[in-house]
Amino acid sequence: MSIVTVQLGQCGNQIGHEVFNAICSDVHGTHVLCSKKENESYNDACKERFFCEEESEVPVARAVLVDMEPKVISQTLSMATRSGYWKYDDRSHFCQKQGSGNNWANGYSVHGPKHKEVIMNLVQKEAEKCDRLGGFFTIMSMAGGTGSGLGAYVTQCLRDAFPTSFILNHVIWPYGTGEIIVQNYNSVLTLSHLYQSSDALLVHENDVIHKICAQLMNIKQISFRDVNQVIAHQLGSVFQPTYTAEGGLHYSRNPLGDLMETLVPHPEFKMLGLRNIPQMPENSLAYSTFSWPGLIKHLRQMLIANAKMEEGIDWQVRPPRLGSSIPSSYSTNKPLQFNTSIANLVILRGKDMHSVDLGSFRDPSLYTSWLNPQDAFNAWKTPRAFNKYEKSASLVSNSQFLLKPLDNVVGKAWNMFASKPGTEALKPPPGAPVLRAALAQDT
Amino acid sequence: MAQSVVVQGKGPWRPELLPAAPSPCLTCVSPSPLQWASAGTRWAAGSGTWRCGSTPPSTRSGGDGPDIYKGKICSLKARALLIDMEEGVVNEILQGPLRDVFDSKQLITDVSGSGNNWAVGHKLYGYQYRENIVEKLRKAAEHCDCLQCFFIIHSMGGGTGSGLGTFVLNLLEDEFPEVYRFVTSVYPSGEDDVITSPYNTVLAMKELNEHADCVLPIENESLFDIVNKIHQMINSGKLGSTVKQNSLVTSSAGSAKTVQEKPFDAMNNIVANLLLNLTSSARFEGSLNMDLNEISMNLVPFPRLHYLVSSLTPLCTLADVNVPSRRLDQMFSDAFSREHQLIQADPKHSLYLACALLVRGNVQVSDLRRNIERLKPSLHFVSWNQEGWKTGLCSVPPVGHSHSLLSLANNTCVKPTFIELKDRFMKLYKKKAHLHHYLHIDGMEQSCFSEAILSLSDLIEEYNELDATKGLS
Repeated sequence: MSIVTVQLGQCGNQIGHEVFNAICSDVHGTHVLCSKKENESYNDACKERFFCEEESEVPVARAVLVDMEPKVISQTLSMATRSGYWKYDDRSHFCQKQGSGNNWANGYSVHGPKHKEVIMNLVQKEAEKCDRLGGFFTIMSMAGGTGSGLGAYVTQCLRDAFPTSFILNHVIWPYGTGEIIVQNYNSVLTLSHLYQSSDALLVHENDVIHKICAQLMNIKQISFRDVNQVIAHQLGSVFQPTYTAEGGLHYSRNPLGDLMETLVPHPEFKMLGLRNIPQMPENSLAYSTFSWPGLIKHLRQMLIANAKMEEGIDWQVRPPRLGSSIPSSYSTNKPLQFNTSIANLVILRGKDMHSVDLGSFRDPSLYTSWLNPQDAFNAWKTPRAFNKYEKSASLVSNSQFLLKPLDNVVGKAWNMFASKPGTEALKPPPGAPVLRAALAQDT
Repeated sequence: MAQSVVVQGKGPWRPELLPAAPSPCLTCVSPSPLQWASAGTRWAAGSGTWRCGSTPPSTRSGGDGPDIYKGKICSLKARALLIDMEEGVVNEILQGPLRDVFDSKQLITDVSGSGNNWAVGHKLYGYQYRENIVEKLRKAAEHCDCLQCFFIIHSMGGGTGSGLGTFVLNLLEDEFPEVYRFVTSVYPSGEDDVITSPYNTVLAMKELNEHADCVLPIENESLFDIVNKIHQMINSGKLGSTVKQNSLVTSSAGSAKTVQEKPFDAMNNIVANLLLNLTSSARFEGSLNMDLNEISMNLVPFPRLHYLVSSLTPLCTLADVNVPSRRLDQMFSDAFSREHQLIQADPKHSLYLACALLVRGNVQVSDLRRNIERLKPSLHFVSWNQEGWKTGLCSVPPVGHSHSLLSLANNTCVKPTFIELKDRFMKLYKKKAHLHHYLHIDGMEQSCFSEAILSLSDLIEEYNELDATKGLS
């Protein structure tokens, strides 16, 4: 089954390009650590998923590029072609000239309706090229005008036009301090709209990835390209082919559907977070070895303590004893230290992954009581190494990880909104009531 | 991409902002508009390409303009309207090295000038030339695939720039309501030679308050200080010969002129650089693009509070090309020092409503973040925008530099400037000095004055209210 990617705005297009790059470079990778047959199987599955083999010599990405100004798209198209390994379809893009001015309303209410037909035609064309459509993957940032506003509108259109297809929105959470002054307005508007039409939101936070670049990748002068490449690696580690069933004979054909099934049991809780370890500069890879138990242990603690990378994990945080209520009390407003999960998915790639013990992830104390522990946790695996990492473990989780950032964004948006005299009374009490309350009720 | 049209006036005393200045969109009249568009530039002018008497792009080194402009200089026309009620300056331009850039159809001139009288400029000439101006604007707009904004460049203290300039501003709002109006205004100083400049300025301010989307006030004093500082740096002997001549923010890079420039040229070039930097992200690619409409969106929290303090660094580059991180950080610090501002104000001790940083060159997001974190603690931001910065990263640096920074701040520090202006106005107005020159003009009444001063007072009051919140956050 194939996934059609929709790249929206500057951020969406820049990241989309890196994602296809990462996937392509993985396919051409040399350290695959598995049999030739296995590798071929993997590559075939990957190609079907993301690329179209047309008459052209190089695979063509199944993607639609949308932006309200032309510079980024033209750059993206040419960079892809220059790589020599893959390219975009020359006709599969739409851009305008004036941009959205960081104005969500411009993206959603002006550009959206105006260009709906053209954009949806492009999407339809890509969808028709697929033998079987597995769903849509949209990439956008929340902070700007096009990705956020137009992105929300396009997602709605996708939902209307393809009511039975899966839609996964990849959303970039902006830096806490300043990329855009109205970013909190744009973010709040985007999230609320996406929640209506999307099946799941996979979130990457700029601040987090920036830290990974600084501390793990040892990059001195971090550029957006660096950030995007880390994001692309993490996404690749999720979307490249895997066996979803123990003893499965074929690579899974329905990645988006599988993802939704394992991770989104309830429509009100669809924010997914992603962690991938290990992460290191490419030139260190040859000198490093990891053990699965070590990786799993770190990953689990990263989940529990809501750490975003393998350095600086708080090992003090522990899951509550079964039967007792969640430690940090909601009523006293102490920060929730323990990160409760609704569902988790671990993806293992590389050497000896068969023997890995994942029992620690099945511990019921990690989860709410809504699902049976065996349903709350899933594992996907493949012996085929990813992107030169001998062993690579990813965790996609539906948990409380986004609570604090969400509180922040909503708080700041209200703060700015209430700057107008007379609106102070409209400010709500602090906190994101829904998530916290629901999870706190669970004992 | 969207294009801009520049409308200019000239006040008799103010330094002429020669057209070399913000060379706006140069329409590529040559065949392939698509090729042009795909090069990602709405603005044919590469950075620094079109300054006073600049050499054609093909003979310039640096190559930061798109290649397709090589040898096509004669077919490039500025998207600009030059308006002056005297002929002197415009004639000079038409005889100068940029004569091919401006079309005679883009000029509107008269002979007698406005006599430093806002009413003459606004009411008399406004009425007289209205049709003509509208027609020429429409023609210019028609040439644009996608018109995004107008730049108005004028001075506030005289008659034409101030009066006719704000008349045109009104016109633009009527005829092109959807198009952003950016205004670069040169404000008179206290020791201005023109006695009526407070009247002219306050009358013009009312128009700016009501009809401009964004105003970048400029003061000659600041420009003059910058020019002096550069002279000192060059002549001090310490840096002396290691300063790259074409990197001066006062120079017209690649200039063919070896003759001593006129006194205001250096100052005008600073403003030219301001506008070039402002539009750089729209013209060139970068990892975080910042468009002109985003500036208004992010920096103007309430419609009338749209006066932005601008600050440019660096002023020149040393020949040493290895710029370690520390020097880069110095650039950020400089942007927040008063010596680099284009108006006399003190933002550090006032309240920031918003701040934008437009960086050009080899600067990455981590450099940006590091410096914002470093500088933030010493700045006071309004309570509802504590961490609000607007940032842009453009990959192409200006000519002669490896990187540069333009900072635009919406800050209550403009208040003292306006208060002083009000005081100077009231001094004259109380005595009704020179008032009769204005009231002679058809359409001009005493109420124009009272409304104007009220508008200014209201504006000052808005800033006062915000200042009052400082310390409460």
